[in-house]
Amino acid sequence: MSITSGQQTLFDATSDTTMAATKDKPKSPRSTVNAESMATRQREISVSEFFTKNRHLLGFDSPRKALLTAVKEAVDNSLDACEEARIMPDIRVQISRIGTSEKQFTMTVEDNGPGIMKAQVPNVFGRLLYGSKFHRLRQSRGQQGIGISAAGMYGLLTTGNPVRVRSKPGKKSVPLAYEIRIDTAKNRPDATDKVIEWDKEHGTEVSIDMEGEYRRGQKSVEEFLKLMAVANPHVHLVYTDPDGVVTEYQRATNELPQEVEEIKPHPHGVELGILLKMIQESENRTTSAFLQQDFSRVGPTCAKEICEKAGIKPETNPRRLDTPAVQRMKTAIDATKIKAPPLSCIAPIGEALILAGLKKEVDADFYVATSRKPVVYRGHPFAIEVGIAYGKPGDTLAMTDAGKIVEVAKKKTENDEVLMGAADEPIRLIRFANRVPLVFQQSACAISKAVIATNWKNYGMQQPRGALPIGPMVVFVHIASVWVPFTSESKEAIASYDEILEELRLALMESGRKLGVYVRKGRKLAGEFKKRNYIETYIPHMVVALKDILKLDEKDATKARDNLTTVLEKSRKL
Amino acid sequence: MAAKKFVPKVQPKKKDRGPLSDLDKVTLREIKNCAVHVHEKICKQDKPELKFPDRSLKNARYDKKDGYFVMGRSRIERTLSVNTVKSFAQTLKMMALSKQLVDEDDFATKREAYYVSKNWEEAKFDEQPESDATMDDIEAMFSLEGVLREHLRFRADEHGGKVAGQMIVLDRDRESGRPLRIDCTGFGSGAYSIPSSVEHLGFETKAKFVLAIETLGMFERLSQHNYWKTANCILIGTQGVPTRATRRFVRKLSDSHKLPVYAFNDCDPYAFSNIYRTLKVGSGNAVHLNQFFCVPTARFLGVSPQDIVDYDLPTHGLKDVDIKRAQDMLKNDPFFQAHKEWQKAIEMMLKSGQRAEQQALAKHGLNFVLDEYLPQKLKEASKFLP
Repeated sequence: MSITSGQQTLFDATSDTTMAATKDKPKSPRSTVNAESMATRQREISVSEFFTKNRHLLGFDSPRKALLTAVKEAVDNSLDACEEARIMPDIRVQISRIGTSEKQFTMTVEDNGPGIMKAQVPNVFGRLLYGSKFHRLRQSRGQQGIGISAAGMYGLLTTGNPVRVRSKPGKKSVPLAYEIRIDTAKNRPDATDKVIEWDKEHGTEVSIDMEGEYRRGQKSVEEFLKLMAVANPHVHLVYTDPDGVVTEYQRATNELPQEVEEIKPHPHGVELGILLKMIQESENRTTSAFLQQDFSRVGPTCAKEICEKAGIKPETNPRRLDTPAVQRMKTAIDATKIKAPPLSCIAPIGEALILAGLKKEVDADFYVATSRKPVVYRGHPFAIEVGIAYGKPGDTLAMTDAGKIVEVAKKKTENDEVLMGAADEPIRLIRFANRVPLVFQQSACAISKAVIATNWKNYGMQQPRGALPIGPMVVFVHIASVWVPFTSESKEAIASYDEILEELRLALMESGRKLGVYVRKGRKLAGEFKKRNYIETYIPHMVVALKDILKLDEKDATKARDNLTTVLEKSRKL
Repeated sequence: MAAKKFVPKVQPKKKDRGPLSDLDKVTLREIKNCAVHVHEKICKQDKPELKFPDRSLKNARYDKKDGYFVMGRSRIERTLSVNTVKSFAQTLKMMALSKQLVDEDDFATKREAYYVSKNWEEAKFDEQPESDATMDDIEAMFSLEGVLREHLRFRADEHGGKVAGQMIVLDRDRESGRPLRIDCTGFGSGAYSIPSSVEHLGFETKAKFVLAIETLGMFERLSQHNYWKTANCILIGTQGVPTRATRRFVRKLSDSHKLPVYAFNDCDPYAFSNIYRTLKVGSGNAVHLNQFFCVPTARFLGVSPQDIVDYDLPTHGLKDVDIKRAQDMLKNDPFFQAHKEWQKAIEMMLKSGQRAEQQALAKHGLNFVLDEYLPQKLKEASKFLP
């Protein structure tokens, strides 16, 4: 098989290079290594090759994680496509075993999105770093264009089978089925296609065979899809697991998320390298025009100020600027006050829909949500949202109109176990970036840091030092941004920018305060319930003693008991 | 196999008892009055309350004329609430038990009462100190009406004091009720033991005084060498703090034959305050009973701090607790505050920092105490500490 041999070649080449590099001291006089001989081994390393060897960076480091990452990438793409085309998403996810194997699975994700044109299909699924999202600043799930093709490549490497795609771009288009292999050496897809019958108006389906490990519980495909349903209450999703069990996630709203605008980069968010690249790619012939038209929030006055500070004439062709000049431009940009970027490019979920999503998927006694207004980090707008679901139903007490405290009957559902822990366990923290659940690397994430840094004792929760609080609670945190600062390409944790930590802190505090009011009220009621139970334990003994001493009859004894109960309850009005 | 709950085969029969004595009638009336008060409040849908005398030394006043601690006016009111509901129920249950004991002409020791409560389910006492405290509360409450613990048919578990000397104790036979004459010289190498209830006893004696001895060892030495005969006295071994019955016994004996009472103790703060002071004027905790259970005529024979000097006795250093107790006596105890002689003695002890035991007299020979020390001291009884 060509892939395997290709990998072998690559491996040899790299190891030789490494060895050569370490041989800076010529220990062996017989060594004949020189620039000429080294040159024969020096060649371009393709992106595909690089990621073949570094697949952990993309989330394919273990068979179990690989399955989840593949589902995640496919679902992300489907939802992005549906929303951009303003179609209410209907998604079908299926994981099935290949034969009776417990190690090889087929993952299939089908959507009702706009479909993909024939010319693009091979590139989308068969070429790394190919996509529509990397080059623009727009809030979307995918960012880099490596996700689904990396999944395809992983499948090809572990099973030898090509990625299978079916797509129909519109009502009148002909549905086509594709088989796509990735040439890891050239980062070029190798695709075949044929016309098929497909009873669907439009949409795309991708199937990837891959090595995997199927597990339930935490960090499983189930959990991921459930979390996805929490943050995306507009999605209808049907999931079939390898045992044929079907789970359906219903919509909680019939409205698509607000349409988001694409924005140009804000000057404060670009680094020197990107600035140089933008200059090279710019069609503007003056520096002033380049600044005004390739960035957001730069007007004529602002452009003039930057040029003056940098000592560049505004009418200079930006391509003629040498690197020191661009360096000065960057310094000038940082020293100039520029209006914050437009915030309309951010589409938060909103408090109402966070609550709807939580209520749909997590059974709790109390829900609260906070949606902060968008702000900016390093020129990128972002917004933080927090939701809290607290308390297992049935563990609560309620006060009747008559002043009696009663235990509310517990309705048990299977939802309980999946997301909410027991009263003596740490809370469950569920993290989202642009509506995508973040499943791995919780401790490395800015969100976790902010939740731990919050003093939950203020809100009536227990919290060990430097850890998540304890209690039956789910904390939902969402960051929406045109460019989410992940700590790695596998998009598992958010980087800890001060601006982001501060917004997280404020959002958690706002929801926390409301939680605190609820928790304290419940605790007071529970304490009162305990006291009343205690009182009622001893009333009969008092009555028996009085009965013995005064020779009361049953009627008087009952009356005394009732009176005592009333007296004590009356004295304990809340 | 499930454990079967044990049920006693013999169900308690209601005993035939003779007619109620007047004292019993008073007791039953007081128990009933208290219960009626609680029940009436409940009927009116008010919170019932019980009033207890404050049984702390703060509420004790030393009446030099009467010669014992008397209770002040401070009362503790216990209103039914979450915090008091358990002890409220237990107090009522304990009163019901007392009524049952009077009805059946029976009694229960403190420990027995504690075990009876084990049948009260949630209202049971976990530890005996709890049931003792409840009993003390009830006793104090009823003492305001002149009803004592003995009348409530509760008894102490305490050991009785020991008696040796030329004296006849007049008691009654339990079964026939015939009078019994107990000769206290007739116990050979043993001694007469004071019963827990002494109210019905009478005495015949020609002795000159009563000697209350703190330690059993000293009591035995004096009694084995027939010191009671030599000195014509009655020896009482209190074994530490004299029990209520012992105090009452000595009091009755002293009252009926106008006998002076001399205390012969160790020389340390505990012996002064807890043993001697309790014998003479009663305790703060039992302040409601002191008028019956103390011996105001008692005087302190020794060993005094001056004796340590005079007889060159071997000593031990005062411990921290001793010093603290001595300072507390000077500062807070109304009895010691009322007697300059005691203050001087205590200050002398604190200054020397030494204490001595009765047995220290053995330095000068085992029988030095009866051959020399006691006869010398008794010659100058007027110099005893008050």
